Amino acid sequence: MHELSIALSILDIAAEEAARQGTGRIAAVHVRLGPLSGVVKEALRSAYDLAREGTALEQAILVMEDVPLVAYCSACACERSPPSPQEILCPVCGIPMPEILRGRELELTALEIES
Amino acid sequence: MSPPTRLVEVRQHVLKNNDVIARELRKRFCTAGVFVVSLVSSPGAGKTAFLEKVLGLLREHYRVAALVGDLATDNDARRLARALVPVKQITTGAVCHLEAAMVRDALADWDLNNLDILFIENVGNLVCPATFDLGENLRLVLFSVTEGEDKPLKYPTIFNTADVAIITKADLAAVVEFDAAAAERSIQSVRPGMQVLYASAKTGAGLDEWLRFLQARLIAK
Repeated sequence: MHELSIALSILDIAAEEAARQGTGRIAAVHVRLGPLSGVVKEALRSAYDLAREGTALEQAILVMEDVPLVAYCSACACERSPPSPQEILCPVCGIPMPEILRGRELELTALEIES
Repeated sequence: MSPPTRLVEVRQHVLKNNDVIARELRKRFCTAGVFVVSLVSSPGAGKTAFLEKVLGLLREHYRVAALVGDLATDNDARRLARALVPVKQITTGAVCHLEAAMVRDALADWDLNNLDILFIENVGNLVCPATFDLGENLRLVLFSVTEGEDKPLKYPTIFNTADVAIITKADLAAVVEFDAAAAERSIQSVRPGMQVLYASAKTGAGLDEWLRFLQARLIAK
């Protein structure tokens, strides 16, 4: 259940950024998650809902965006999306793709602040 | 109707605090000339038995030490101390993984200049440790022949963050009818190109190959 650590980090960063922005209630926190981020969305949602209680972000909803897994296929010489994290193979030519370009993201992208 | 909102771009890694500390640690390790290897696996895969043997072998030629993470008890640290090298237990309480700050705090009173290789044994867990950078140079994932050949497919993220895989308890392979080709296929499917080694802490088989691998990495550093 490392999602609780992650939820607390999200709240910390959001609170820090909100303070920098000045006034306005935070309505939503946007995060991007890759399939190799190691985060389970449902677990993060529950942890976040628990962690935000009683904080300045109590009303802020969590919006999660999926980042697709993208790797570089050296045979096709282009970026390809493997079928799943269990099969990091080129969907076109079938060779393994060791070089992962996207999919590890665990990023707080934006805040929605009421104006 | 809810009030209008404006979107403020933030774009920060959620674990930036951990990353900042991990970066500081990496710099400290580099300055002191210490090579850091972390070990991750499920509980009971044989990290401590493997490490105990490895520490004993390395201590002839290198100044080695270990940090070991567990939720409770210092049993592993006491066991590793039998290899006659500096060992420190990190007790995480309810936390299911090590974080960079725990490593930093555990090393606070250590002089890293007196070390060549530091091992960090993470909490036995194939999920949570994947997400936390500890400043290590090499991440080793272990899984034992008794766990099933498809373990990497069940936990792709941790295998994907590792640099080398070691299949432990290799002496039991025949007894449990371990299918090495299937296991290697699973690993290559989640982490194409990752080197796979076999070891038995009990018989010592395969440990020399791991030491050769480690020495090559030390020289390349």
